[in-house]
Amino acid sequence: MSDAEAHAYDADMRRANRRKAVDGRSVIFKIKRCDGPGKPSRWESFKVPVEEGANVISSLKWIAANPVTTEGSKTTPVVWDSGCLEEVCGACTMVINGRVRQSCSCLIDEYAPLEGDVITLEPMSKFPVIRDLWVDRDRLFSALTRVKAWVPIDGTYNMGAGPKESPEHQQMRYALSECMSCGCCLEACPQYTKVEDEEKWDTSFVGAHAISQARLFNEHGTGKQLKGERYDALSGPGGVSDCGNAQNCVKVCPKGIPLTESIGAVGRGTTIHAIKQFFQGKK
Amino acid sequence: MSDEKRVIVVGGGLAGLAASVRIAEAGVPVDLFSMVPVKRSHSVCAQGGINACNEVARQQGYSEYQHFDETLIGGDFLNDQHPVLEMANWAPKIIDLLDRMGVPFNRTHEGFRDLRLFGGSLFKRTHFSGATTGQQLLYALDEQTRRFAAEGKINKMEFWEFLWPITEGEGADKRCVGIVAQDMRTMQIRSFRADAVVMATGGCGLVFGKSTNSIICTGGAASRCYQAGAWYGNPEMIQVHPTAIPGADKCRLMSESARGEGGRVWVPAKKGDTRKPKDIPENERYYILEERYPKYGNLVPRDIATREIFDVCVNEGMGVNGTNQVYLDLTHRDPEYLTEKLGGIMDIYEKFVGDDPRYTPMRIFPAVHYSMGGLWTTYTPGKYQPESPVGEHKPGNPIPVGNEPGLGLTIGAHNNAMTNISGLYAFGEVNFAYHGATRLGANALLSCIFDGLCNGVSVVNYVRDGVPAPASELSQSVYDRAAQIEQDKQDKLLASVGSGKGDHSLNPYVIANELGEEMNAASTVVKTGPRLEKCLAKLDELSERYSRCELGDGAMWTNQSLSFARSVGDMIILAEAIAKAGLLREESRGSHYRTDFPERDDEKFWKASVAKYNESTGKSDIEFMPVKAGLVKLRPRNYGKVDSGTNKEKIPPKQVAEANA
Repeated sequence: MSDAEAHAYDADMRRANRRKAVDGRSVIFKIKRCDGPGKPSRWESFKVPVEEGANVISSLKWIAANPVTTEGSKTTPVVWDSGCLEEVCGACTMVINGRVRQSCSCLIDEYAPLEGDVITLEPMSKFPVIRDLWVDRDRLFSALTRVKAWVPIDGTYNMGAGPKESPEHQQMRYALSECMSCGCCLEACPQYTKVEDEEKWDTSFVGAHAISQARLFNEHGTGKQLKGERYDALSGPGGVSDCGNAQNCVKVCPKGIPLTESIGAVGRGTTIHAIKQFFQGKK
Repeated sequence: MSDEKRVIVVGGGLAGLAASVRIAEAGVPVDLFSMVPVKRSHSVCAQGGINACNEVARQQGYSEYQHFDETLIGGDFLNDQHPVLEMANWAPKIIDLLDRMGVPFNRTHEGFRDLRLFGGSLFKRTHFSGATTGQQLLYALDEQTRRFAAEGKINKMEFWEFLWPITEGEGADKRCVGIVAQDMRTMQIRSFRADAVVMATGGCGLVFGKSTNSIICTGGAASRCYQAGAWYGNPEMIQVHPTAIPGADKCRLMSESARGEGGRVWVPAKKGDTRKPKDIPENERYYILEERYPKYGNLVPRDIATREIFDVCVNEGMGVNGTNQVYLDLTHRDPEYLTEKLGGIMDIYEKFVGDDPRYTPMRIFPAVHYSMGGLWTTYTPGKYQPESPVGEHKPGNPIPVGNEPGLGLTIGAHNNAMTNISGLYAFGEVNFAYHGATRLGANALLSCIFDGLCNGVSVVNYVRDGVPAPASELSQSVYDRAAQIEQDKQDKLLASVGSGKGDHSLNPYVIANELGEEMNAASTVVKTGPRLEKCLAKLDELSERYSRCELGDGAMWTNQSLSFARSVGDMIILAEAIAKAGLLREESRGSHYRTDFPERDDEKFWKASVAKYNESTGKSDIEFMPVKAGLVKLRPRNYGKVDSGTNKEKIPPKQVAEANA
C-alpha cells in the first residue's frame, strides 16, 4: 500500500469507526509516561468513560480529575501541552496510535469505537521529553530564527501600506502562512533526528516547516530582501540538501501546506544562489 | 543586574507582542513572559477580521469618527470615549503596518486589500486574512518579536507563569517594580525587577468552564493583580456568542452564516425525547425561534437567539437529551449547495464533532466568548474636547473632528492604559476601557494592537522620566520577600498532596468544573437578582472547599496540576466580582441582561462598576464610577427598532450578520 493509499485508508477507517461507535462505552488509554529528562519511561493505562463528542483532550482532563490506573493504583495527572483546542495553535501535538497529530481534533469515536478499545498516546520522539507527553520544541522555533523568518521592516512608525499583491499570490502566501509550528512534519521526517545539544541545532537538519517559511518570506515584496541570507542559511550542513525526499512531511501536515513544493522551490533557489555567488567570486 | 531600565510584558498575544516590539524599538529592553510559546497565544483563535476605516469606505461617507461612534453605540455607552476615538483614528495606520509586516490580507483583483461587511456597520470596513485573521496578525508580530529577540532587544521568557506584581510604597506612591514568576518546567519561583510592567494577559473565559477561549485563558494573572490592589472594571460584562459547538473539552465557534443559509433551530417537543433527530417527525419538533418570532424566525439577531436558546435549555430543560444543546438543522438543504456555500464550516463541524451536518443536524449552544471587563485603566485625554457632547453621527455628514493622532489621547502621557497602580499597565482584552457593555465584531484585534503601539510609547516615557528611582537600585529584600510569599503559598498547596481521604469534591479539577457550570448558568446570558445571590452563595461554598483542596501531584518538576490548582483559587475570586457586579447592576445594558431589570437605566448605571479587592473579606467591594465620556451624547441603542410582537425583542442589532465571526 502506498502512503497516499494508507492515508485514504486511514480516513475511511475513521469514518467507519465513527458509524459503529457504541454509546456509553469505556475505552483504555495506554499512555507513555516519564517523570522528567533522564528518567525512565513507563506505560500506564486508564479506563475512561467516553462522553459524547469526547476527544483526547477531554479524556486527559477526565484522567486529571480521576487519576487512577486500570490496576487501581493512584497516580498523578498526565502532563501534556495544549492551547486553543481548535487546531490553530499547534501545541497539543503528540503520537496517537503510532501517528503524529493534534490531540484536540482526535475524536475517540474515530479511534476506539468499541468497549475496551485501546488508544495509545506517546510524546513526539524527535524532541526531548519534558514530562509525560510534553516535549521541548525550542529547536523548532530556533529554526525560524535560523532562516530569518520575518519581513525586515524599517520600524513601526506610519509609512503607508505594504506592497500590492495579486489575489493568487496572496492565496499562495496564506497557505504557507498557516503553519502553526506544530512539528508533525519533523516527527514524520526520517532525516530529522533528535538533537539535544543546542550547539548543534544550527548544523542539524532544519526541517520542512522552516524551509517552507523561508519560501514564504522570500515571496514577500520586502521579505525577499533577505533572500540571500536565507539561502546561505539553507546551503550548509542541515540545510535544504539534507532532505531525503521521503515526502512524509506533506502527508502528515494538518494544514495541508505544500511542503514538498516549498522544499523544491527553496532547493532550486539555493542552487542558483550558490552559482551566482561562485561567479561573483564570493564562494 | 545591569542598571539599565527595563520593562516586563506579561502575555505574548497581540497586545503583548505589539507592546514588546514598540518598547524594544524605542531602545528600552523588554523581558517578555508567557505561559506558552508566544506563537501559540489565544489571539490565534480570532477568525473574522480587524476593523478600520479605508479609502473606499471613506469615499462612500464613512470615517474614523463613524467607527468611533459605532464602537460606542455597540458598547451601549459603557466605553471610555477618549481612547476609543484615538483607537479608531489609528486603525487605518495599524492595518498599513500589519500589511508591511507581511500579513497576507485578502486582496481584490487589482491587488488592494479586500474588505468584508461585519456587524454594527453599514460600511465594509473589516480587513481579513482567510478565516484565520487573528492567527495571521499574531504570526506577523511573532516574527517581528523573533527578529528583536535575535538582536537581543527582547528577552523571551516562555513557559514562565506570572504569579504576582511586586509593588513598593503605599497609597498614591504605590508603584509596580517587578513581578514574581515561575518556570513551568523547573518550578523555580523567582522575582524579576522592572521599571514598568505591562499586563497583556487576555480574558477569563475559563471562569465559565467551557468557553471559546484557549485553555490558558483563566484570568489568573488579572485576578492576581486585582488581589494585589489593581481595580477591575466592569467584570460583569461578558460576551456570549449564540452559536458555538459544545465539545467535551471546549466550545468552538459556529459561524452565523449557518442560520443565514436556512438553518432551523429546534428541540424535540417532548421533553426527554431520546430518539435520533431524523426519527422525530416534523410535528413533534419545537422550532423555537420560528414559533416565538414568526416574523424573523431563525434570523432573529444574535442576542435574542442567544437568550431563547438559553431559555429553552436552562429554564425549560428542553435541550436535546436533557443537555444544554439545541439542533441547528440544515439537512433539508441540498448537500451540494451546502458544500458550495458553507464548505469550510461544514468541515470544521465534522472534524470536531464527527457528524456530517449535511445529513445530521448540528448541535449548538451559546458560549462565553470575550470579556469586555478587565483591569481598570486611566489616561490623559487629547486635544479634542468639545464644549458639549456631540449627537449621533450620520454617514456623509461633516465629521466633528479629524483623524490625526493625539485628539483622543495625549500620546505618550505616562498614565495611558495605566492601572490605579503606577507602572502597572493593562493592554488588550485585559484592559476594560474600549468595548463597554458589548464588543463589536472585529474590534478586539484592533484594541490589542492599538494598546501595544500607542500606549507602548507611554510605557517608554514613564520608565524614562516617571520613575522616582530605577528598579535596579531598590533593595533586594523587596524582591526576596515577594518571592517568598509565593513560595509559601505553593508550599501550602503542595502540603495538601495525599493529606486527605481522597475526597473527590476537594479535587481542584472538580471544583473548577462546578465553578464553570455555576457561572455559566447564573452569570451569562440571562441574569436575575435571586439567581446571582444563589451564585454568590455557591461561590462561598466553592471557596471554602478550595481552601481545603487536595492536589493530586506533588512533583517539583513540570507540575501542571499545581499551576492549575493555583489558578482555580484566582478564578473563584474573580468570579465573585463578576457575579456581584452583575447583581448590583440593576439594569440591562449590552451583554448584561437582567430579566428583573430589562431596561437600560442611565441615571443610576451609566457608570463603570469598579471592583476593589477587600483583603479582610477576600471579596470585592463594588463602586460605581462615572464613565469617562464628554465626546458623544448618550442615546438609545436600538439600531432602528422593529416591532415584531413581543417585548423581548429589544433590538435587531448587528443586522449585517457577524456571519464571519
